[in-house]
Amino acid sequence: MENWSLFSLCVLLGLTSRWAVSFHSYSGAGKPPMFGDYEAQRHWQEVTYNLPVHEWYFNTTNNDLNYWGLDYPPLTAYHSLVCAYVAKLLNPEWVELHASRGYESHSHKLFMRATVLFTDILIYIPAVLLYCFYFCDGSSKQKVATALCILLYPGLILIDYGHFQYNSVSLGLALWGILGLGLGWDLFGSLAFTLALNYKQMELYHSLPFFCYLLGKCIKQGLIGRGFFQLAKISLTVLVTFALCWMPFLSDPKQPLQVLHRLFPFGRGLFEDKVANTWCSLNVLIKIKTLLSRETQLFLSFALTLLFILPSSLKLLSKPNLWQFKLALVNSSLAFFLFSFQVHEKSILLAAFMLPLLVKDGLLLPYVVTSLAFLFLSLYLLSHLTRTNEPLFWYFPFLVISVATFVWLEPPAKFPDLFPVLVSILSFLHFLGFIIYFNLVQLMEPQRKKSQKKTN
Amino acid sequence: MAAPVTNDQSWFFALALGVSFLKCLLINAYHSTDFEVHRNWLALTHSLPAAQWYYEATSEWTLDYPPLFAWFEYGLSHIARFFDKEMLVVQNLNYASPATILFQRLSVIVADVVFFYAVKECCKCLREDKGKYLLGKPSFILTVLLLWNFGLIIVDHIHFQYNGFLFGVLLLSIARHFQNRHFEGALLFSILLNLKHIYLYIAPAYGIYLLRCFCFTQSNADGSLQWRSFSVVRLVTLGTIVLSTFSVSFGPFIALGQLPQASMTGGLVQEFQHSVLPSVSPLATLVCTVLSILPALFRIWHRPNGARGFLRCLVICALGSFMFGWHVHEKAILMAILPLSLLAVESREDARIFLILSITGHYSLFPLLFTTQELPIKILLLLLFTIFSLTSLKTLFRKGGALLNPLEATYLLGLIPLELICEFVYPLTVWQKTFPFLPLMLTSIYCALGVTYAFIRLYISLLTCSDSTKKIKTQ
Repeated sequence: MENWSLFSLCVLLGLTSRWAVSFHSYSGAGKPPMFGDYEAQRHWQEVTYNLPVHEWYFNTTNNDLNYWGLDYPPLTAYHSLVCAYVAKLLNPEWVELHASRGYESHSHKLFMRATVLFTDILIYIPAVLLYCFYFCDGSSKQKVATALCILLYPGLILIDYGHFQYNSVSLGLALWGILGLGLGWDLFGSLAFTLALNYKQMELYHSLPFFCYLLGKCIKQGLIGRGFFQLAKISLTVLVTFALCWMPFLSDPKQPLQVLHRLFPFGRGLFEDKVANTWCSLNVLIKIKTLLSRETQLFLSFALTLLFILPSSLKLLSKPNLWQFKLALVNSSLAFFLFSFQVHEKSILLAAFMLPLLVKDGLLLPYVVTSLAFLFLSLYLLSHLTRTNEPLFWYFPFLVISVATFVWLEPPAKFPDLFPVLVSILSFLHFLGFIIYFNLVQLMEPQRKKSQKKTN
Repeated sequence: MAAPVTNDQSWFFALALGVSFLKCLLINAYHSTDFEVHRNWLALTHSLPAAQWYYEATSEWTLDYPPLFAWFEYGLSHIARFFDKEMLVVQNLNYASPATILFQRLSVIVADVVFFYAVKECCKCLREDKGKYLLGKPSFILTVLLLWNFGLIIVDHIHFQYNGFLFGVLLLSIARHFQNRHFEGALLFSILLNLKHIYLYIAPAYGIYLLRCFCFTQSNADGSLQWRSFSVVRLVTLGTIVLSTFSVSFGPFIALGQLPQASMTGGLVQEFQHSVLPSVSPLATLVCTVLSILPALFRIWHRPNGARGFLRCLVICALGSFMFGWHVHEKAILMAILPLSLLAVESREDARIFLILSITGHYSLFPLLFTTQELPIKILLLLLFTIFSLTSLKTLFRKGGALLNPLEATYLLGLIPLELICEFVYPLTVWQKTFPFLPLMLTSIYCALGVTYAFIRLYISLLTCSDSTKKIKTQ
């Protein structure tokens, strides 16, 4: 069967699972007064459509920042504005200032879900296809298998189409950035990544590798001469993109400061809810949240993040090639997740460990189905295409059992949060293991075996 | 968990599991009144004694399937108890708690295991199954065409019915005939008739085939009938099997004197007076149906072509009854599409007919899912099935030029503008209020062309097939 048909089948399967998951509940459904992320997105459409730009990030009579105030960079706001225009066409009640708070209806849900699907098809999915086609090693079958696994990745599907968010936009743009760098189109890659950064500040997790890779590449080309010009061009692209995105906010110095204040809420504390990172896990043993002052917490998280990021970044700086770049991306995002301030569970986008959040949203069924399907599929394809080792297979039932325990057993009354905390700690240990492993791989560069010729 | 050794059959398991996962994701999708129909049957078989099953009329959805299906629902009702007892109360009309939905949906998904087994057996009946790549093997293609059949997924797992289970029994019966296990095949078909009477439409194919190829144990060298080889034993055994199945199923009701009630099943007699076109009576449709399938029956009587001829005749009977029968439901097209899949992976001409019939037939099912939420799903799934069937069959029969000629390809492509007009453009026009059924009519007419074309081509292929007749081996 030809490649195009196999790839289109993957896309169709991915889209079908996405839309099928969207049938289920969303964050905060039917839960006044605050509802959830779904209402937040709707509210941003309301705010951006009805209010002038200079009021979007400020606390005014018309804009109560305590009720889901904007806390993403301007590109999200512009996206909400565009959606709001469409919403106004379909049903003005959806974005009526103040009156539309907590608006919930079947057709509105369809509209919101459709907006996610639209941006997914526009940005994320083409990037995935191009990535698998051009940057995956192996036979075309392995490329298709990779595409299928990425497209069926439960974490993204559940958060975007279940809980409700637009991670596919920022991840997609970041992926375009990676694609650009991989193809040698540094300017395009920088542009795409800057856009990603201006969509969600979470992309900062990936920013250091981008920076180090590009800087390293320019240095290699010689800082006196071509390298310098390249560096200048890249810097100019980034600066111009930032300027264009922030243009409406540059008229008054108070504006960008306020936006930054919203984007990085250091006032909210070291962590919220149960996150699988260091601070939350550590808090179980030592109550650092209350023991240390906020300044100390900030300093500690900053220091540790930097500590874990430095080796990988320096290595990339010295050896700016694609393989190093990919590994650095992994290491950097893991480091930020584990150690930075005010991290949200969603930052990790790894299915098994977002269970508590998804159960709260009423998404248990799609969670179970998509995760099982993904695990089975990836293990099955992995075993058939690479003849990999046994231990991976014991992981599968282990995860299933831990998930089942969480769902069905009642926690002891003295520790009502026992299971979410256990899940968090377990996940934290996994991530700690990953970051150590991937750092070792990146720094030591063990001999990479060439993929065997397939008999199939 | 199995060891990671390349297992020849693991792909089947993967496909089956994959489609089951998809079905699970659709648990929350729209379901039609058929959902309430089955809930009602669960309730009445559970709460009432068998004597009253066919008389219970609290709900408008009275029991209109044969008794074996009622027993099937009875069995299910015992498991339903653990999900939500309230669904088993007859008075709880339109009861649809989350537990009820979960149970009913899961029951369809689990019942599909019968279908999986049948597909596996059908794969064994393929003549040759060689292929360099897994994706090019006829058995793989057939498995996907059946397990991931678009029509079955949306009718069973969205609209809500138990066709997977029933077609599993049918395909298993067909497979048994291919494997020369004719007694089992006949038994399975009798059971099927007692599960859903609509399969009566293909009973003539079974009857003629078994009589000609099984009861007459040998044919002459030129393929014609050898009267002297008639085996009374076989005829009597077959008769016994059929009669005993029917008696197990209908027996209790005959004993209670309820036979007329039990046999007046299935919307046979709703007559309509049309306003513009002449009204058609049930008798007229019966005559047309019989006339349409007679040539095929004669053909396999005179020149039987073994099990494959039987299968072709079966598909023709199914199509003929679809085209001319009384009170036919769109879903009945599946009765032609699914068995045809078996032939499609073995012969070029059949593949071609299959493509036209399946794409057109599946598209004609679109009006069943009329909700906006399900619109992307039905389009995506149809595209999935269509792209797979087109490319895999094209690759399988790549020797000998294109599979579809330009006219056929254009006709199929015409479905795209049809869909755009009917579901996207038309609802926004003023005519939507005055002529709301126009899109449905357009869809029906357009698809009727494809179905008729497939019917004619299938007939031509049956009447002109040149394969040598097979001698039926004695069992």
